[in-house]
Amino acid sequence: MHGRPRKPLKPEDTTALSAKAEKLRLLQSQFLTNHHNHIYTKEALDLNAKLVENNPEWHTAWNYRKLAVETLLSRSESDPDYIRSILDEELRVVESALRKNFKSYGAWHHRKWVLSKGHSSIDNELRLLDAFQKLDRRNFHAWNYRRFVTALMKRSDEDEMKYTKELIDDNFSNYSAWHNRSILLSNLLKRKAEGYFPKENVLEEEYELVQNALFTDPDDQSGWFYHLWLIDQTVKTDAPILVSSWPSHGSTITLQGNKCLYGSGSSLLNCTLSDIGKLPVILYFSQAVEGIDSSTVTVKSEVLNGDLVWKPLSTSNSNTAQVWVTYLNVGNMELQLSKNYSLAISLGHSKGVVSSSGYHFGHPMHVAFKLCIQTDYTEPAEGQCEKKTSWNENDFKKFDHFRESESIVSTDQLTSEKDHHNQTTSNWCVEAIDKEVDKFRDLLSDSDCKLGKLTLARLLTALDSLSSTRVEKMVHADEVLQLYGDLMKLDPTHSLYYKDKHSLTLLHQITSTRESLQPYCHYYKDAAKTIAGHVCLRLQNLSLSRIGCMENLLWVQMLDLSHNELQSIEGLEAMQLLSCLNLSHNKFGSFTALGPLRLLRSLKVLNISYNEIGSHSIDTRRYLCSSPLSHTEEFAWDRFEILAGSFNATKFWEAFLIFGSLNLTELDVKGNAVADEKFRLFLVKVLPTLKWLDGGELS
Amino acid sequence: MGELAIDNHVRYIVSIEKRKDDFESVVMEHLRMNGAYWGLTALDLMGKLDSVDVDEVVSWVLSCQHESGGFGGNIGHDPHLLYTLSAVQVLALFDKLDVIDVDKVTNYIVSLQNEDGSFSGDIWGEIDTRFSYIAICCISILHHLDQINVDKAVKYILSCKNMDGGFGCTPGGESHAGQTLAITGSLDLVDKDLLGWWLCERQVNSGGLNGRPEKLPDVCYSWWVLSSLIMIDRVHWISKEKLIRFILDCQDTENGGISDRPDDAVDVFHTYFGVAGLSLLEYPGVKPIDPAYALPVDVVNKIFFSK
Repeated sequence: MHGRPRKPLKPEDTTALSAKAEKLRLLQSQFLTNHHNHIYTKEALDLNAKLVENNPEWHTAWNYRKLAVETLLSRSESDPDYIRSILDEELRVVESALRKNFKSYGAWHHRKWVLSKGHSSIDNELRLLDAFQKLDRRNFHAWNYRRFVTALMKRSDEDEMKYTKELIDDNFSNYSAWHNRSILLSNLLKRKAEGYFPKENVLEEEYELVQNALFTDPDDQSGWFYHLWLIDQTVKTDAPILVSSWPSHGSTITLQGNKCLYGSGSSLLNCTLSDIGKLPVILYFSQAVEGIDSSTVTVKSEVLNGDLVWKPLSTSNSNTAQVWVTYLNVGNMELQLSKNYSLAISLGHSKGVVSSSGYHFGHPMHVAFKLCIQTDYTEPAEGQCEKKTSWNENDFKKFDHFRESESIVSTDQLTSEKDHHNQTTSNWCVEAIDKEVDKFRDLLSDSDCKLGKLTLARLLTALDSLSSTRVEKMVHADEVLQLYGDLMKLDPTHSLYYKDKHSLTLLHQITSTRESLQPYCHYYKDAAKTIAGHVCLRLQNLSLSRIGCMENLLWVQMLDLSHNELQSIEGLEAMQLLSCLNLSHNKFGSFTALGPLRLLRSLKVLNISYNEIGSHSIDTRRYLCSSPLSHTEEFAWDRFEILAGSFNATKFWEAFLIFGSLNLTELDVKGNAVADEKFRLFLVKVLPTLKWLDGGELS
Repeated sequence: MGELAIDNHVRYIVSIEKRKDDFESVVMEHLRMNGAYWGLTALDLMGKLDSVDVDEVVSWVLSCQHESGGFGGNIGHDPHLLYTLSAVQVLALFDKLDVIDVDKVTNYIVSLQNEDGSFSGDIWGEIDTRFSYIAICCISILHHLDQINVDKAVKYILSCKNMDGGFGCTPGGESHAGQTLAITGSLDLVDKDLLGWWLCERQVNSGGLNGRPEKLPDVCYSWWVLSSLIMIDRVHWISKEKLIRFILDCQDTENGGISDRPDDAVDVFHTYFGVAGLSLLEYPGVKPIDPAYALPVDVVNKIFFSK
């Protein structure tokens, strides 16, 4: 029982309670008899009133009252006084039930139901609410009812803003009041109400208000969530924009003999796309959007005939995604040697691209790149593609600088356009955030407050994201890393939250410029000597618990993430060129965690050895992976039965879901609890393309 | 703190069934269907579902069904989504879903969806995102999700999204950990980091979880907060060890049962949420539970992965 002490009852209490129980039982059974026989006499209603006052949670008892009211009203022949007397009696019963238990859903709903009939005065309602809200300022039933009543009274949002301020001034530790203020303020900002546009002045006042709360008791959580929301209101841009693309603007993609492909310099792996003869074109947006198709995105080129089909890279089969891809069928294009073909993509001219929160794509943007076929290509030696991939240290060679031709590694040039667009608002944003940074540095100078440190880290990150150049974007990264490091020690309960944030900041730092990326890029095997050599991005052993910044890594084909602490690869689906992936020695707990791999058409080589797959009874990725459980797709029974009919679907569905749609040639699963002999047999059936399993060649 | 006193908890749950006349039972009579679900699921998680008579339970559940297809909280009570889900879950536990007329139950649920996508709890029109969750969960178990308008249902739930990333009962309502479950199946529309941070900050110093900021911890949030954190893959952001200790501290190790906070009176509601919480925390000896359907994983997998 909520809040009641555990103690054995004294004998006299037991007697009293069983007498009470007997009385209540009688009341209940008499009521049910009346209900079933549709008896709505005054005596029956009084008996029911006694019951709901005693036990307001009995929703059948409230239903009975509604039936009774409807019956009585239908007999009343619209005598207004009589109608009002019936409804007033209901309001009285509700009030006395609420005095017994003001958390009763049934009682509050009954009151709404009565009011929605009209006829009753609503003036009394705010007075009643004041009384209840004084007893418990956080009662969310009362708050919900307040929103209902104020809407009915057409009380203005401005007046309600004043009310929340009174409550906050009275006691700032009132999360419910802060919450309601955020709802009201969102409405006022959205409809640009008088005095609430432009948002700059309003937000400044709000920062002042919340600062008083935060600085008075920094350990009280109430104001902090509101403050975080204010930061978001300050820096966020509603309209989606294009963040990056592959191929990037201004790049040249070299194709070899219409088959194997090279990016300009950082050559694509020999066997990668040659099988499918298709070149992906990737668009990476600032937020999930829908409506990417040939009418909203125009692609101009002499090599194209017919429209391109754009596909959302969504792991839940939704038609909304942050990343979209189309495939150029270069295998079918009759391209001449040594000739450059231009492709120009433009979007944002028509209104069809919309974010999931309903905002239209910001402003027109263009991406132009060139395709070219080279002749000096030698077929890889027989069987080279079938050679086992090695992730050994000595198979990689560092390089001192990127070759000119490797310009593709550089991050995108779209940024400058974006920032130009937002120049006017961002000046104010930067000032506002700067001011907050100063305040929090001040607060932290004499206290070690956890929420203060976290907020400072978030403010600095926001400040960096507002900067206009790539280099400036990382000015505060070291300080942010330091703050998250401190927080891990200061608040060990939530240490992995800070670690995740630390990982994201670190990746941001590493991937922001060509110079910062270079130490992590290596040639694989003797690639340095040949033009066909390829680059591996090696992010192993960085104690990463989370990956991110995929928008800067769209060019990657070989990726080593081994020896980290990863348990998910959310966002990896954007890397459409990826063909070799090493995830060994991490903390992946289930196959559903590998869901994004299903969208990687080019993936051939996968190492997931030495993880925790099969060691956990609870799967935290179960509902983030498209499956029949979340109704995002049907289970492919036919395919399952053809490939693996003799295996038990309730046991192997996860592995089937992931591997059933991949065309791997190499797979390492050893060092996982799941990987017994039976499971290996299952894999061989589900992956007919597999040539190497756990380092051994399959015959 | 000791370990989970499984034998005592099983004895406690079984004994409630027999005590129909004491005050608590009389007060709880209107939600006996929920009680049955809490008690029986807890028993199954502890591997003791065989301590009850299946036929007796199933025939009692059926006697609570109303002609509209919905179930009441007890015999002769009005039907409501709250009890309809519990009834369906109880039948699923025993693999007895075939005893009901699935179309009839489906039609009842379908009839409660409103034009804006929201769900009413019953014919009297109370609207709450809890009912959206219940409707979606229940109709999924019955394999008839296509009968409701899922897009609209999701859109309505999203309209209840708040500054902290959580969801309220109705648009404008304060975030409550319990509402998050309603979004199953559309988790890509959730800001997982924002919501996850708000949820993980529900863990207070004692290790327990509260439902809203600056409130007391309560064992029942070991279910609501934890299942949401698991579904968005952010459960590592809290300390599992501390929460396990908090739940175990709330046991009545002598007479069985679990309470909201240490040394409070136990009840079947908190006993279930405590055991289910430990299951989500991978506590040894407790069967795993599915965070969305609130049924043991083996029961759910059987529903969705057998032909």
